[in-house]
Amino acid sequence: MHFWRALCGIVGRELWRFVTQRERFISALVRPLVWLFVFAAGFRAALGLAISPPYETYILYEVYITPGLCGMIQLFNGMQSSLSMVYDREMGSMRMLMVCPLPRWFLLLSKLLAGTGVSVLQVYVFLVIARLYDIQMPWQGYLWVLPTLILSGLMLGALGLLLSSFIKQLENFAGVMNFVIFPMFFMSTALYPLWKLKESSALLNKLAQYNPFSQAVELIRFALYGQFNLHAFIYTLLAFIVFMAFAIMGYNPSKGMMTRKGAV
Amino acid sequence: MTPNIALSVEDLSFSYSAKKALDQVSFTIRAGECTLLLGPNGAGKSTLFALITRLYDTRNGHIQLCGYDIKQQTRKALGMLGIVFQQTTLDMDLTVQQNLHYHAALYGMSRKQANINIQQELERLAMYDRRFEKVRQLNGGHKRRVEIARALLHKPSLLLLDEPTVGLDVPSRLAIVEYVHHLAQHGNMAVLWASHLIDEVYPDDHLIVLHKGQVKANGTVSDVLGATGTAAIKDAFYQLTQGGEA
Repeated sequence: MHFWRALCGIVGRELWRFVTQRERFISALVRPLVWLFVFAAGFRAALGLAISPPYETYILYEVYITPGLCGMIQLFNGMQSSLSMVYDREMGSMRMLMVCPLPRWFLLLSKLLAGTGVSVLQVYVFLVIARLYDIQMPWQGYLWVLPTLILSGLMLGALGLLLSSFIKQLENFAGVMNFVIFPMFFMSTALYPLWKLKESSALLNKLAQYNPFSQAVELIRFALYGQFNLHAFIYTLLAFIVFMAFAIMGYNPSKGMMTRKGAV
Repeated sequence: MTPNIALSVEDLSFSYSAKKALDQVSFTIRAGECTLLLGPNGAGKSTLFALITRLYDTRNGHIQLCGYDIKQQTRKALGMLGIVFQQTTLDMDLTVQQNLHYHAALYGMSRKQANINIQQELERLAMYDRRFEKVRQLNGGHKRRVEIARALLHKPSLLLLDEPTVGLDVPSRLAIVEYVHHLAQHGNMAVLWASHLIDEVYPDDHLIVLHKGQVKANGTVSDVLGATGTAAIKDAFYQLTQGGEA
């Protein structure tokens, strides 16, 4: 019961903050919408896409990019959570969480679930807007995508947690943008399919293939069309487990970096 | 272990790389006792608090809270603890009540019990009427009161306060000092109060003077005055810290 109450408290607080912080909600939506309405519209003519699973016919670039943008929302949300963890640590409110009588792994997992819940909400709002823009998925796709969004949200959030355990100061966060978010996003299947990348660079193709973000995007893409991509699911699940395990270690006072950093 | 010992620190040492922050620190605190931990900046007070709250790992030495080892029985030990950190740790965008409910949830309290305890603690600190205000709208003294109410919400046996009066005006400071002493005397609670403000010490207090990571004095106010051959805490503190910044 203690665990359940604490989980409700942590998730409830995060959702409440999200609902009341309108700017955060709008900015989280503006980014993918700009990509969809401006970037994708511009590239529609430049990029020709052959038929590849899960698509059964020729598609517009906007349609191709939509699952990638769902992933993008979750990637940025994961990093935003990580940023807020670093901020909380600098401001001290992280301490309140870390000194309550619950295991660290549970507290981190609760934080992660809260962040994932927020990102799933954001993705659904984005999908509704995309539908109004005539990017329509089969109705069941909107249902199938829910568990995959939870998994991909957890995986990207766990990566954010892991990074936050390494980042000592808020100022260092700009580095995360340059060295994690952008490479992860651009070296993935979010914007272009693997075979397209292969045409330009074999190395890029390999990097994109092993990028966990690509796998998360493919998992979402297939689910949106009512299909299950087992390979992407296993890859994303394993990435989540690995990131989470290291994040828990990072926040463990016995094993992690906390004593070295001298700040929590 | 004597049952009324709320905190026991034994041979505790801690280093940041080559710099030793705490060196063989030992002391005990009993229920109903208000202990002032005095020390100049850099004495090791914050490190000691981080170790007691398990934010840092105890590698050398032992810490027990109400008989529970902080390393082996972390959850039970932390459940005995109420903490007010030096920096405000309230969520500025939430109301007073929301902040307290969040804390109650983290300590596994039911909604009903939380409401009862919130009312009780806020009324004691004359803050109940302001429970629906956002924390951002409160002044420094009121924020501190909310933090003390929050620390007491789950009825801890040991209250840790890390320089809670820093930055407050004199009336707010005096009110908090008085309230915390009252808690120790009448609530049978153990209090460990880190401070560098000598005027926060009451004559009946237990005193620990920490300097460069070592305990320089440990006893009642009169013990410390007697041992240093001084008439005032200020002089004793100066002598023990060899003119260190107060």
